[in-house]
Amino acid sequence: MKRTNEKIAEQFPTFQILNEEGKIVNEEKMPNLSDDELKDLMTRMVYTRILDQRSIALNRQGRLGFYAPTAGQEASQLGSHFALEKDDYILPGYRDVPQLIWHGLPLYKAFLWSRGHFVGGQMPEGVHAMVPQIIIGAQFVQAAGVALGMKKRGENRVAITYTGDGGTSQGDFYEGMNFAGAFDAPAIFIAQNNRFAISTPVEKQTKAVTLAQKAVAAGIEGIQVDGMDVLAVYVATKEARERAVNGEGPTFIETLTYRYGPHTMAGDDPTRYRTKDLDEEWEKKDPLVRFRKFLEDKGIWSEEEENEVIERAKEEIKAAIKEADGVPKQKVTDLIGNMYETLPQNLQEQMEEYKAKESK
Amino acid sequence: MAQMTMIQAITDALRVELKNDENVVLFGEDVGKNGGVFRATEGLQDEFGEDRVFDTPLAESGIGGLAIGLATQGFRPVPEIQFFGFVYEVMDSISGQMARMRYRSGNTVNMPITLRSPFGGGVHTPEMHADSLEGLMAQQPGLKVVIPSNPYDAKGLLISAIRDNDPVIYLEHMKLYRSFRDEVPEEEYTIELGKANVKREGADITFIAYGAMVQASLKAAEELEKDGVSAEVIDLRTIAPLDVETIVESVKKTGRCVVVQEAQRVAGIASQIVAEIQERAILHLEAPVLRVTAPDTIFSFPQAEDVWLPNHKDIVKKANEALNY
Ligand SMILES: Cc1ncc(C[n+]2csc(CCOP(=O)(O)OP(=O)(O)O)c2C)c(N)n1
Ligand SMILES: [Mg+2]
Repeated sequence: MKRTNEKIAEQFPTFQILNEEGKIVNEEKMPNLSDDELKDLMTRMVYTRILDQRSIALNRQGRLGFYAPTAGQEASQLGSHFALEKDDYILPGYRDVPQLIWHGLPLYKAFLWSRGHFVGGQMPEGVHAMVPQIIIGAQFVQAAGVALGMKKRGENRVAITYTGDGGTSQGDFYEGMNFAGAFDAPAIFIAQNNRFAISTPVEKQTKAVTLAQKAVAAGIEGIQVDGMDVLAVYVATKEARERAVNGEGPTFIETLTYRYGPHTMAGDDPTRYRTKDLDEEWEKKDPLVRFRKFLEDKGIWSEEEENEVIERAKEEIKAAIKEADGVPKQKVTDLIGNMYETLPQNLQEQMEEYKAKESK
Repeated sequence: MAQMTMIQAITDALRVELKNDENVVLFGEDVGKNGGVFRATEGLQDEFGEDRVFDTPLAESGIGGLAIGLATQGFRPVPEIQFFGFVYEVMDSISGQMARMRYRSGNTVNMPITLRSPFGGGVHTPEMHADSLEGLMAQQPGLKVVIPSNPYDAKGLLISAIRDNDPVIYLEHMKLYRSFRDEVPEEEYTIELGKANVKREGADITFIAYGAMVQASLKAAEELEKDGVSAEVIDLRTIAPLDVETIVESVKKTGRCVVVQEAQRVAGIASQIVAEIQERAILHLEAPVLRVTAPDTIFSFPQAEDVWLPNHKDIVKKANEALNY
């Protein structure tokens, strides 16, 4: 007899539209995107891959601070983001900087955030997003609140939040989905299952066969998606968004993906916990390779076009680093000044003390 | 004897206790195959097996609850919280549960848990990874809070903590992990919890510190010696319970005192020490007891850490204020 775990998992088959060869395997679900939109998706993925490479290099040169590599996860990150509207609100994890950038966060601010500079946390007017979350799971409960607020105001907006496979073990993960479900709040919860939480494989996180089935306990919609297939991620998110704004409540999406690089640039060594075979198995599923084939078969993408994107990315990154370097260095007095709306007595005194120190 | 860094001394202490007592179990995020993000548990899973040293799912409150449950079954759990900045996720297990178990069971249930975690700053970690939250722990009755300042103490204190029948929060300052080596005996030894250590004897002024600030205080004492000032340096080793006797005895001798903590100023350990001194030794004081602390902001971002964190120069400055009072 099958166990409940397996019976439930069977109801969450992996949703795919493009296979590894870039061929359509699910015609019925093919989204109605124009050629320009398809090319825009590819452009974003190529750009983001370059941004990742440059960020790693800049980090090694000491020109960036905290950085969590993104290569391999472009389809999960950018396919889901592509389904959003400008007014939707993002609650990202520390690895989800690409979605913020395509939502309107200027690159130089992303770099400043990496350096721990407060200007990197100041979202420009009209960019609806929170600063990337460090505490794993915290964004999930907050997303329920953001979404409930949108519902109370009768807006056609959604809250979208991201975590990883490891994040699905946190209590906050369940609480956030349960709250959003209980309030029928317009939220989309995404877990990018890249198979590892630092060194811990997903098999050690849970006995559940899929992560997607965790939606069942909260009574919300759940789906497992091929996270290397940008069209499948896009469609799953688009449908979740439609349900959300129609008052049908939240959705939980598990995307199956992989991070090619280390966990972060702070000394993680993936060879301690991953095999080369596994790396290669996933590189074969690469989201860019697959989508490039699809676009080339359609005759709407070429090497020249891709090179143009690469060159543009490199130039913009260079300019953004320069801009970030030009922002005045953050000081302890900035930190003091940013603690309260009006400074209490102890901090007023300390402000004077540190002003004196800094003027030396 | 071997030359060890503090992190090696910690691994060594864990190995000693895993060998000594089959009830000792180590667990946390990435402590198994990966040996912990700082490599404190490096090689221990290979040596003792997954039964004794294991990875948990990613949930600090789960880790805390697991420790309490295992303790009720006669184990000596040694959970790791990957960075102490994440302690808020496990606060109920610590303050709401393990600290109260002895009382709630009418003194019949032991909680021999040693919760280890890296803390402090000065190593340019991202936000929430560096913090000085020891005050939160020290404020909770029922807990012991141990903070080693060097490799030798780290080993002896950790072995004592694991053997203790009450919950111990054992905080490892990240900057001290690999900053210097000490002679550390290969055999087992213990250092009594709740006893401070006079690191340096002096006659003119007392510095009271713990963790990374012990090194800063010793450096300040050396500076002052050049000016003919003899400073005594006390390493608390344990901030809860506090060794009031050693503190007061020293201050009675020197008549001047600077308390140094890396943590922010308000409601910290230093405030408690100042209160104890003025209650017990006010007539011996030649000057007010002064504090060197960080400012009352969230922990600094990496760029300004060097200004934000207290250092030996701040201590010398405060010492001169006390000496010239
Ligand atoms: C509450 C909390 N606990 C632990 C950590 C340390 N930590 C940072 S990332 C990470 C693993 C996360 O894995 P996963 O959720 O799979 O996301 P991924 O990094 O793979 O994208 C851990 C344990 C943290 N940031 N917050
Ligand atoms: Mg992961």
